[in-house]
Amino acid sequence: MSFTLPPLPYSHDALAPYMSRETLEYHHDKHHQAYVDTGNKLLAGSPFEGQSLEQVVTGSYGKNAPLFNNAGQHYNHLHFWKWMKPGGGGTKLPGDLQKKITDDLGSFDKMKEEFVQAGVGQFGSGWAWLAVKDGKIVVMKTPNGENPLVHGAKPILGCDVWEHSYYIDYRNRRADYIKAFLDHLVNWEYVEEMYKAASGHKAAA
Amino acid sequence: MALNRRTLLAAAATIAATAGLPRFARAQATGPFTLPPLPYATNVFEPNIDAKTMEIHHDRHHQAYVTNLNNAVKDYPNVAAMPLQEILAKLNEMPEAIRTTVRNNAGGHANHSMFWEVMGPNGGEPEGELFAAITRDLGGVDTLKSRFNDAGLKVFGSGWVMVSVTPDGKLTLETRPNQDTPIMEGKRVLFGNDVWEHAYYLTYQNRRADYLKAWWNVVNWNKIGERYAAAKAGTLAI
Repeated sequence: MSFTLPPLPYSHDALAPYMSRETLEYHHDKHHQAYVDTGNKLLAGSPFEGQSLEQVVTGSYGKNAPLFNNAGQHYNHLHFWKWMKPGGGGTKLPGDLQKKITDDLGSFDKMKEEFVQAGVGQFGSGWAWLAVKDGKIVVMKTPNGENPLVHGAKPILGCDVWEHSYYIDYRNRRADYIKAFLDHLVNWEYVEEMYKAASGHKAAA
Repeated sequence: MALNRRTLLAAAATIAATAGLPRFARAQATGPFTLPPLPYATNVFEPNIDAKTMEIHHDRHHQAYVTNLNNAVKDYPNVAAMPLQEILAKLNEMPEAIRTTVRNNAGGHANHSMFWEVMGPNGGEPEGELFAAITRDLGGVDTLKSRFNDAGLKVFGSGWVMVSVTPDGKLTLETRPNQDTPIMEGKRVLFGNDVWEHAYYLTYQNRRADYLKAWWNVVNWNKIGERYAAAKAGTLAI
């Protein structure tokens, strides 16, 4: 199975002003496309050809860096687009998520604080995450194309902190970008969907 | 302490604003490490590097490395007293509580101090011993440029592509992630290009290859020649 770039689930200007049309054009149409194209070239003829994306990501980690980088970024971006929506963010979380975050991370505000800190503290390119590990929601950060899958956890929310995610709109102000992502962009329904899959049956990888 | 710094910064900003001093005046801060002023105007590399990128890169990004480094060493007077290159060469001896912060920010300070220095208007061409060394060790100027560009393109995520120099003048093409530098292994950097996206995104966006190619138009070969001589004389610090 080769990688394909799905269209954005909203128009390119749907997330403005928190994420501009220009940013989404480059980020989705160019950066994500490049991960897909390069990933497919590296996948062809490799032992990972025919495996699921998750299998390629976890299987190539530490073994085939170029393939892992591109497969990891493909996985991360596939979800990243769905982790956002116009009119997202807010403080009301669906289902069990509110209680689970309060139980595991203290409060919604504490989770936000920790998430922003993870993103700001990720030196260089990478991601900030909410993930389910050993039945608990945890905040994580990973460099470059890595994600919680290769650290024994299931991602349920990720924020891309590569400079290409925010440089056009926020320049060097990464913290402002992550705060805007949490306050105005997060699609908590999709986070809940991934939370249910991660904490439920193993088949929902 | 923090109040003093804030007061000083505010005073510097006021002076800069009222007296029309150069931009970098507001960047002077307390602490052992200081942001070197850009040795040229921010628009001097247009269209290869835009003025806004130069301004943010120097005044914000580089300043942040300097500020973070000063903050990290403020309770460690023996570290604060060390030259930057010595700190970098002795990261393993740094107190564990500040080691990663020092690595990232001392590295960022050293790399950017070098970066501003190896660029310049009317930078000439490689000559003399430098030209001979490039021919001997890196296959000539054209081959160096093409290998350097390829290496810079292959850095996944943030990092640098550099040429390091030994005390006997041997040149090696190197890449490092984030703000690491060959100085951390006791080597010296002759010159290098920043491939963090902040170095090029406003003009080139995803087209890093175009940035790498255009960067050669702003390289100061005269200065690199001086750095080469200093490396051989054992006087090149950063």
